[in-house]
Amino acid sequence: MMDLLTIVPAAFLASIWDWFALAEDGSVTFGWALGRLLLLLLIVHIILILSALMVWAERRVSAWMQDRLGPNRVGPEGLLQPLADLGKFMFKEDVIPKHVNKWMYTLAPAITVVPAMIMFAVIPYTGTVDEEGVATSWQIANLDIGALYVLAVAGLGVYGITLGGWASNSKYSLLGGVRASAQMISYELSLGLAIVPVILMTGSLNLGDMVNWQSQNGWLILTQPLAFFVFLTSSYAETNRLPFDMPESETELVAGYHTEYSSMKFALFFMAEYTAMAVGAALAVTLFLGGWTFFGLEKIHWTVGVLIFSVKVLFFMFAFIWVRWTIPRFRYDQLMRLGWAIFLPLMLVNIMMTAGALALGWSWLLWILPVALLGTAFFVAWLGWKRDEDRYQPLPTSPPAGGEA
Amino acid sequence: MSVPPEQLSTTAPPAPPAPEPEIRLDAGDDPGDRMVLNMGPQHPSTHGVLRLVLEVDGERVVKCTPDVGYLHRGKEKIGESLGYHRYIPYTDRLDYLAPLANNCSAAWAFEKVCGIQAPPRAQVIRVICCELARMSAHLLGLGAYGMDVGAMTVFLYTFTERERLYNFFEALTGARFTTTYARIGGLAYDAKDEWLKDVREFCDNFHKQVDIWENLLTNNRIWRIRNEGVGVISRELALSYGLTGPCLRGSGVGYDVRKDRPYGTYADYDFDVPIGRHGDSYDRYLVRMEEMRQSARIVVQAIDSIPDGPVLADEPKYVLPQKQDVMTGMEQLIHQFMLITGEMDTPKGEIHSHSENPKGEAGYIIRSEGGAAPWRLKYRAPSFVNLQVLKEIVPGHLIADIVAMLGSIDFVMGECDK
Repeated sequence: MMDLLTIVPAAFLASIWDWFALAEDGSVTFGWALGRLLLLLLIVHIILILSALMVWAERRVSAWMQDRLGPNRVGPEGLLQPLADLGKFMFKEDVIPKHVNKWMYTLAPAITVVPAMIMFAVIPYTGTVDEEGVATSWQIANLDIGALYVLAVAGLGVYGITLGGWASNSKYSLLGGVRASAQMISYELSLGLAIVPVILMTGSLNLGDMVNWQSQNGWLILTQPLAFFVFLTSSYAETNRLPFDMPESETELVAGYHTEYSSMKFALFFMAEYTAMAVGAALAVTLFLGGWTFFGLEKIHWTVGVLIFSVKVLFFMFAFIWVRWTIPRFRYDQLMRLGWAIFLPLMLVNIMMTAGALALGWSWLLWILPVALLGTAFFVAWLGWKRDEDRYQPLPTSPPAGGEA
Repeated sequence: MSVPPEQLSTTAPPAPPAPEPEIRLDAGDDPGDRMVLNMGPQHPSTHGVLRLVLEVDGERVVKCTPDVGYLHRGKEKIGESLGYHRYIPYTDRLDYLAPLANNCSAAWAFEKVCGIQAPPRAQVIRVICCELARMSAHLLGLGAYGMDVGAMTVFLYTFTERERLYNFFEALTGARFTTTYARIGGLAYDAKDEWLKDVREFCDNFHKQVDIWENLLTNNRIWRIRNEGVGVISRELALSYGLTGPCLRGSGVGYDVRKDRPYGTYADYDFDVPIGRHGDSYDRYLVRMEEMRQSARIVVQAIDSIPDGPVLADEPKYVLPQKQDVMTGMEQLIHQFMLITGEMDTPKGEIHSHSENPKGEAGYIIRSEGGAAPWRLKYRAPSFVNLQVLKEIVPGHLIADIVAMLGSIDFVMGECDK
């Protein structure tokens, strides 16, 4: 009887499982295509829910950091607040101002949100590990040029922002759009160059292969900390988050490119930002932190891989919020200088060192970089501290009472 | 006589000439490649209703024309028609971030008109109020400044502290915001001993809070590069524009009315007046931080040395009697009736009275021709004067810098537009 209770459902599940698999000769079956479609829908919805949860987390975490409560009325701990927000957005009047370019104005939010969401297609969220320790990643689309795809699609998102700013036909929106395009161009460069050493070391453009390489040879953050740092910073700039939120900076440009937007169009811009954050975090995890692997823990079951991946991604998303509520905003020209004069040369040197070390087979050279970087960081911190000591003395006080100014 | 048919034409009359632009560029000046950007009066970082007409070349500002007056309520004229006693509630809305300081400076000015003086205890409590108001105003200024530059958390931190100050105001005056606390010849109510004790405890621990905000900002690399060298006001420029308050002291001029022409009981206390070295936004920020510490220091000294006694002067011809006396005493009832209905005979003459308000030197010039109302009342609003320097310091900076400059000048439009 017990056998029946366990074996029959298991066999039933296995047969369903097989129905979704590729045919034995590797050709596409209807079941396989349907399975992909269902998976796609599932993951898209997970992303949507995740970005809604991020809005909630942003508000709760910022409230926690600022010694206040945050939204806690709708649902337990305010968890249903995103739903309430969504309801508000849906029922708000969708104003299209008379002076806008209607076609572009309507298209812009879609152009922004779609690339942010389709980027998830190539990110491995879990996988299986065989006896030799070779990790096979699962993703929606197993592209051999995954890294290139990510860069290409990330570049598309800015069109929505720039077009939205331009089509709004408002000066503040235009400034926001112009800032966005300039910022994206400069930071995409650093972003791309930060991925190059990863490609060099893993020898593949496939994100799954990168995870596999890292699970066998150690995480890339250890040998490429500089690339990791630049990648993370650039992804902050890519997603328009503080300290790089020039395009929207609400106190200068009054929300910049989405000043003129309302209702769901505005919500789409918002969703795009949070989805882009999730993608940025997932990419940082995949490229530098071993993706869904964690020192053999992922061998237990593929669900553990999902868990590991989620925890890592959530940590980086928390970091996004953490940074936003801690530090002020850069100025536009300072941002450009940072991108072009610091990150770009740094990344070029990094690529040359990595390539040289790999070509000559000097693996010890790969370890010089992190050590040198650590040393430099301490040196710079010390210099900054010394400079602060010089500049920050107590202010002088005026002559004693009675003196005329 | 019949009208010729051509004059009966049904065509519309010629269109009226196009209205003149409100703020014109220089005569014959075509903006060309530049863009005219209207910043305000509904821009979040113009702190109220300041309007700046900017001419920008890309992101760089070429020309800046401040346009004030959107909050004009005719405060001076109201004073001339209402009279001294009834004007004091209106001073709440001048610098609406420091109503207590406004109440006190108005009371000092009107007492000078009447030729009377408030009793010592009232003077000390006024000084305490002025300093608490300064702390509260600087806190809001700092928070809004931080928020404009992108550090939003500072705003919430300073508001927590400001909330405590507002609780003190409420306990003292019955109102958190529109305090209307000072009276000609003294104060509306006496301060209780417990209140003084609580305030002293707050001020003793205040420097710890200031340290927290300094940790967040003062040595923050981004905060520094956003503010150092931005909006430099040279010593000469500051003097020629007549800046006062932290804006003047940030430029290295150590002029403070409390120190140089002491009023109230300021001469009795030991405090420093911080002055900046470079005159940039960062120095103005540092000056404000230090001023808050010094204010706490003054309050502690004032509370320690507060005398006992009445808080209203015994000058029944000028001073409103206490309310409970009005209900029981014949003379008080008569005096109250006379003062409120405008039977007050002030000496003729012209006076100038000034005090150090949070934003700078607040001055009254009052011409009295007798009677219960000034013949002419002129209020020197520090924010109005401080804002004038914008058109000198803004050109050449980026749009983002304007926000930092506005935050560091720290103006209040209620006071500026009067």
